[in-house]
Amino acid sequence: MDTQNTPDLNLDPALSGKLNATQIRTNFVEMAEPLTANQAHIEADRCYFCYDAPCTIACPTDINIPEFIRRIKTGNTSGSAEKILEQNIMGAMCSRVCPTEELCEQACVRNDHEEMPVKIGLLQRFATEKAVNENIQYFKRGQETGKRIAVIGAGPAGLSCAHGLAREGHQVTILEKRPKAGGLNEYGIAAYKALNEIAQKEVAYILEIGGIEIQHGVTLGEDITLAKLEEDFDAVFIGVGLGDVNSLRVENESAVGVSDAVRYIEALRQSEDPSLLPVAEHVVVIGGGMTAVDIAVQSRKLGAEKVSLVYRREQSQMGASEHEQEYAQINGVTILDSLSPQSLLLDEGAVTGVRFQHTQTDADGKLSLLDAYTDIPADIVFKAIGQKLLTNDLSGASEEIEMQYGKIKVDADRRTSVSKLWAGGDCVAGGNDLTVSAVQDGKVAAQSINAFLKQSH
Amino acid sequence: MADLTSNFLGISSPNPFWLASAPPTDKLYNVNRAFEAGWGGVVWKTVGEDPCVVNVNGPRYAGMRSNDGRVVGFNNIELISDRPLQTNLDEMRQCKLDWPDRAIIASVMFPLNEETWAKHIPLIEATGIDGFEINFGCPHGMSERGMGAAMGQVPEYIQRATEWCKKYSTVPVIVKLTPNITNILHPAQAAVDGGADAVSLINTINSIMRVDYDNLTMYPTTGAQGSHGGYCGEAVKPIALNMVAEIARTPATSKMPISGIGGVTDWKDAVDFLALGASNVQVCTAAMVYGFHIVDDLIDGLSRFLDEKGMSSVDELVGVAVPSVTDWQNLNLNHVDKAVIDQDKCISCGRCHIACEDTSHQAITNMVDGFRKFEIIEEECVGCNLCVTVCPVEECITMVSKAPGEMDLRTQRPVSAEHADWTTHPNNPLRAS
Repeated sequence: MDTQNTPDLNLDPALSGKLNATQIRTNFVEMAEPLTANQAHIEADRCYFCYDAPCTIACPTDINIPEFIRRIKTGNTSGSAEKILEQNIMGAMCSRVCPTEELCEQACVRNDHEEMPVKIGLLQRFATEKAVNENIQYFKRGQETGKRIAVIGAGPAGLSCAHGLAREGHQVTILEKRPKAGGLNEYGIAAYKALNEIAQKEVAYILEIGGIEIQHGVTLGEDITLAKLEEDFDAVFIGVGLGDVNSLRVENESAVGVSDAVRYIEALRQSEDPSLLPVAEHVVVIGGGMTAVDIAVQSRKLGAEKVSLVYRREQSQMGASEHEQEYAQINGVTILDSLSPQSLLLDEGAVTGVRFQHTQTDADGKLSLLDAYTDIPADIVFKAIGQKLLTNDLSGASEEIEMQYGKIKVDADRRTSVSKLWAGGDCVAGGNDLTVSAVQDGKVAAQSINAFLKQSH
Repeated sequence: MADLTSNFLGISSPNPFWLASAPPTDKLYNVNRAFEAGWGGVVWKTVGEDPCVVNVNGPRYAGMRSNDGRVVGFNNIELISDRPLQTNLDEMRQCKLDWPDRAIIASVMFPLNEETWAKHIPLIEATGIDGFEINFGCPHGMSERGMGAAMGQVPEYIQRATEWCKKYSTVPVIVKLTPNITNILHPAQAAVDGGADAVSLINTINSIMRVDYDNLTMYPTTGAQGSHGGYCGEAVKPIALNMVAEIARTPATSKMPISGIGGVTDWKDAVDFLALGASNVQVCTAAMVYGFHIVDDLIDGLSRFLDEKGMSSVDELVGVAVPSVTDWQNLNLNHVDKAVIDQDKCISCGRCHIACEDTSHQAITNMVDGFRKFEIIEEECVGCNLCVTVCPVEECITMVSKAPGEMDLRTQRPVSAEHADWTTHPNNPLRAS
C-alpha cells in the first residue's frame, strides 16, 4: 500500500492511516461555516459604526472595520472588499486564521452590551471571498521606477511587502526555498481552516498586480547570500520565518516516534490523500500554542484514539486562545497542564511513553519542578514547543545583523541595523507570531523601502 | 470608476453629495470637518436678519428606532442660525477661500418685504458663495412668525420672494420646498414663475414623536411642555421621492433641476433620488446620526453602481426612472403577478401567513399534509406583495409575473396580452368611451 510515512517524520514505519478517505473528508469539514448573504446582512446590522472604533485599533493591519461592515450592509460588497484589502492584502486568509476572539472581536463594544461581539471575522470573509475567488483586482501597479528589491521568503510578510512595492512601481524578486509560495498559509495552517486551495488562490491574487516574480528552490545561505543580494538589489526584505523548532532537551530526543509537529502538519497540508498519513492510537502533544492545538486536533480527525495535549505551565497561560482550547476539547483532545517532560520511555529505541514531572507556577510566574511524576503512554510524541530562527542563514550579510532574543531586531519601519536590509514576520523580535502581524510588517517595510528608494536616485 | 463630478446649476463640486442647511453646517468648524471628510458641497445653515433667533436649552431632537436600536426617524425643533449674521458671513467667506473646489450655498430666510432682500442678498453674495437656497420650510418657530413653512404654503409668497432673490443676486437661486402642503406642484410652479434656477425638497414634516409614558406629556419637553417639530431621516424618504417624481414628470415643472433631500443615508438612497429626477442630493439626518464619514460609502457605492450599469457619470442616471411613474388609473389591470415562496430559504416563521390570513386574501397556507408549511394558494393570491414586504428572509418570497396566455387560477381566465386600465373599465363611471 502506498504510504506517506516518510522518514523525515521520524515515526514507526509500521504506522499507517486509520480512516478511509470518506471519513477524512467528513472530519476535515471547515471549522467555521461561511455566512450566507442574508446572514451577513443581519450580522452587519449589528455593527454600531463606532467612532475611532476599538476594533480597528485592535487590528494589527488597521482595517477600517466599521466602514467595511457598513458597505456589506448597504449592498456594496465590492467596496467592502476594497476597504479590507487596501489595509491588508491577505484579508481573505486572515479572516480565517486570525484569533479574532483576542483581537477585533474582543474589542467590540457589543461585548459590554450583551457579550455578543459582531462576527467581524466571518463578515470579512464574506466580503473578500468573491474578490479572491473571482480575481477582482482593486490596485494597480504604479509607473515603473527601475528599482529592484529582493524579498526572501514567499510567506505572508514577503508577499505583503512585495505587493506594497509593486503598487509603487518597483520590481520585486521573491526568493523562496519551497516549491510553493504562501509560507505557513500553505504549509502550516490547519487544513480545517484553509480548505479549497485558498492559500494558493490568494497568492495568485496578490501576484496579479504584476512586477513580482518568484524564484523557487532558492535557499538563503546555500544558494545565495545576503551580501550578494545587497549588491545586486536596491533593497532587501527578509521574511524567512522560523525554520527550526525548539528541542525538548530530554535524552533520546531523536528516538523513533518523536516527531516535529510542524513537519507533520506540513505533510498533512500537502497530502493528496490524508488517509495514508501515519496515525497512532496514543498521541502525546507537548506544547501549548496554536501549533500544539492544530496537531492535536488534526491527529484526532485522522483517527487517533487518545490524544493528550500536555503543557508545562498552567492552562490559563497557554498560548492558544480559549476558543482554540475549546475547539480542541470538543474534538476529543485531553488538555493536561502543569506537566513538564522529564524523560522518554523507550522500548528497543522507539518511544512508548513520556514521563512528566509535575510543576508549580507561583504568583510571580516562576516555574518550579515538584517531586511528583506521571507517565503517559504514547506511540507518537509531537514536539510543538515553539519554533526558532535559523540564524546561520543570516550570517552572510555585509555586516552583522543586530539580533534580539534570538530574532532579528528591527525599528518601527521594520528596518534592521544594516542599511539595505528590512525584515518582517515571525523572524523578527517582539512579534506575536500572527499572520496578520506579518502582513503589517511587510506593508510597513514596503512603505519604508519606497521612501528610502525615492531619496536615493 | 465612474466620475462623480457634479455641475449642478453650473456650480462645480467633486461629487453630488451636499450637506443640507442644518446643525452639521452651522459653523466653519463643522463645515471644515465635512469637507475634510470629502463632502462635495454644503448649504450653510439658514441665516436671517439680525437680531438672530435663539434655540431652547433643552431637547431639540428625538428619534424613532427600529429593531437593534437603529434610528429610522428623527424629529427636530432646531431653528435657523442663532449666531449674528456677520459671524456667518465672515465664516462663509473664509470657507470659500479655503475650499475653492467645493460648493457653498447660502440658505436664507427673510420676511416678505423687498427692502430686506435688497439689503441682505448682495451682502451675502459678496462673501463669494456659489448660490442661494431660499428656506420656505421650517415648520416650527419661524412659521409662527409668518416665515419658513408659513411662506412655503402660500405659492404667491414663494413667487415674490424668489423674484426678489433673483433680482438682487447674480448667482443661482434654489427654492427649498416644504412638504407640509396639499399638492407640491403648486409651490413648485410658484418657484418656476418666480424665476428659480432649481428647487430642493423636501424640508421636514410636521410631527410629534410620541408621549412620555411616565409623565404623560408629549416627548420630548423642555420643562413641562414641548412643541411639534420637523420629521426627517430614513422614514421620510418615500414622501420626498414622491414629490420629487411629481415635479420631474409634470411638464410645467420638469425643466427645473431638483436637489433631492429626505433620508439619504447610503448610496442606494442617492440612487433613488437621482433616478426619480434629482440631479444631486443633500444629507442631514444620517450625518447627525453617524458622523460625516458616511460620505465614504455614498461616494464609493454610487461610483460602483454607475460602473455596473455602464454609466460614466451621474447625469446618465438622473431621471431614468421617471417615465415609469404614472397615475394609478393608467396601470395595466391585465398584468398578473403571483407570489412564490422558496421553500429552501423559508425559515417557517409564519409571518407571511398571518399577514395574509388576517389582513389580506387568505392566500398562504400554514399547514400542508399535517406539517407546518407555508405555500401560496394561487387561486386566492392577488399579487399584493404584502408577504414579500413582511418576510424577514431576503428573496425568500418573490413576485412572478404570469405570461400572456398562462392561466390565472384566481379568475379562471388566461392572462391577456392587451393593456387595459381603469380609464376604460366598465365599472368606471368616468370611463373614456
